[in-house]
Amino acid sequence: MRLQFILSEIGIGLRRNLSMTISVVLVTFVSLTFVGAAALLQMQIGAMKDDWYDKVEVSVYLCPQVSSKATCAGGEVTDDQKGAIEAELASADIGPYVEKVYFETKEEAYESFQKMYSDQWWAEETTADDMSSSFRIKLADPTKYQVVADVLSGRQGVEEVQDQRKLFDSLFLVLNRATLLSVGLAAVMLLAAMLLITTTIRLSAMSRRRETGIMRLVGASNMFIQLPFMLEGAIAATLGAALAVGALWAGVHYLIADWLGNSLTWIPYVTTADVMVIAPFLAVVAIGLAAIASLVTLSRYTKV
Amino acid sequence: MIRFENVTKVYARGARPALDQVSLEVERGEFVFLVGSSGSGKSTFLRLVLREERPSAGRVFVAGKDLTTLSSWKVPHLRRQIGAVFQDFRLLPNKTVFENVAFALQVIGKPRHHILTTVPDTLEMVGLAGKEKRRPHELSGGEQQRVAIARAFVNRPSILLADEPTGNLDPTTSLGIMRLLDRINRTGTTVVMATHDDEIVDQMRKRVIELSSGELVRDQSRGVYGSAR
Repeated sequence: MRLQFILSEIGIGLRRNLSMTISVVLVTFVSLTFVGAAALLQMQIGAMKDDWYDKVEVSVYLCPQVSSKATCAGGEVTDDQKGAIEAELASADIGPYVEKVYFETKEEAYESFQKMYSDQWWAEETTADDMSSSFRIKLADPTKYQVVADVLSGRQGVEEVQDQRKLFDSLFLVLNRATLLSVGLAAVMLLAAMLLITTTIRLSAMSRRRETGIMRLVGASNMFIQLPFMLEGAIAATLGAALAVGALWAGVHYLIADWLGNSLTWIPYVTTADVMVIAPFLAVVAIGLAAIASLVTLSRYTKV
Repeated sequence: MIRFENVTKVYARGARPALDQVSLEVERGEFVFLVGSSGSGKSTFLRLVLREERPSAGRVFVAGKDLTTLSSWKVPHLRRQIGAVFQDFRLLPNKTVFENVAFALQVIGKPRHHILTTVPDTLEMVGLAGKEKRRPHELSGGEQQRVAIARAFVNRPSILLADEPTGNLDPTTSLGIMRLLDRINRTGTTVVMATHDDEIVDQMRKRVIELSSGELVRDQSRGVYGSAR
């Protein structure tokens, strides 16, 4: 009896304020889509880092024959200098951070250079002597780059120490900015959603003042009086969350998996499984939103 | 059943009290008229019994509970022991007679079979048998008030409060309502009725409590509406 009664009350309430209900659904839908997009962007960054940081190395470029760097004033790197760097890499200072060291001679560098730019006219002008030999260092923990860089840069014979992770920084910066933008928009929309839910509940409570008045009079509990209103807000918000999850799923499925995934295959992408991971959180946000709005409103409009 | 101890109610700071140092007691099963001009404090009295208001000073006891210390989550349980009827009936226009009465039981979580047996009984008692499917606007004022009384009484409260229940009704219809209230009183229900209707009070010869400007000016068993006027 109770459940059936409450459900019918909710149905009446939702239908009576249909346009408001729809607007709540839409606003939560849009705001949670932004929240979800922000989460997915961060997951995308995480996926890229996981994948790429495993592959990146620290390159220690040694002095070529001609260089403007002060550490290269003595001309091309000597075998002694090379040996000292090698010893340093094996030393107790930075040894533990280094997983693997691979030495690339300038001839090898020249070969891969030629392979990469074979169709460029200036590649032919280049000789092996223009190339730098280098140590390619794979770090046990890619974030410990600075330790290695501190020890090796400034040393005679070392032209430059380069962290390949730096190459991704601008990309990650763009993605992080996009996340911020998304979060900002989400915050504004969430606020709008909350105010809208508040208004909807208030309207619903006002239009049923006669009923709630009688309920109070005959001794219905507060919970019983307020539950239909709370559930109305929660149902509308959850519906919005469901739409948001659907939109994100479709976005990931069609835009990323089907389209980007086929054209730019070397990037690891977020998947629809990731959308399902954030779906419960979106639902929680939606319900929390409705709960806060209900608490604020109902304490004022349906008090005993 | 109802006991007021030096109850004062002031709505706004500095304003004249709506009730001023009122002390009285209503026994179980009594029928009491509450009379007095508008603004004399009758409605405040009823609101205090329902604990829609709390007294500014003094203590109110209803059904053995001290309402001044009763925590608000227990208020619904208090109200289940009190039925209330008003001048404007307060029926739900989009529900049928049966649904209006059943509503009072539904919202306090009574089981379906209980509702299906109790509501028809109560409707028969108030004289509305056969009109279960009507809506309020299809009924006369007297019939609407009977629905309201059925709703107030369907949970068999120990106290029935009536705030000018005959205020919108013609004398003949009013008499019918009074008979009904009298019958309810005879089942052992305490009835407190605020009214302006001197004819009814004079006819019924019940206890009369008169308020004037918030003060208790008369408490008379088997009284009349008032020589004080």
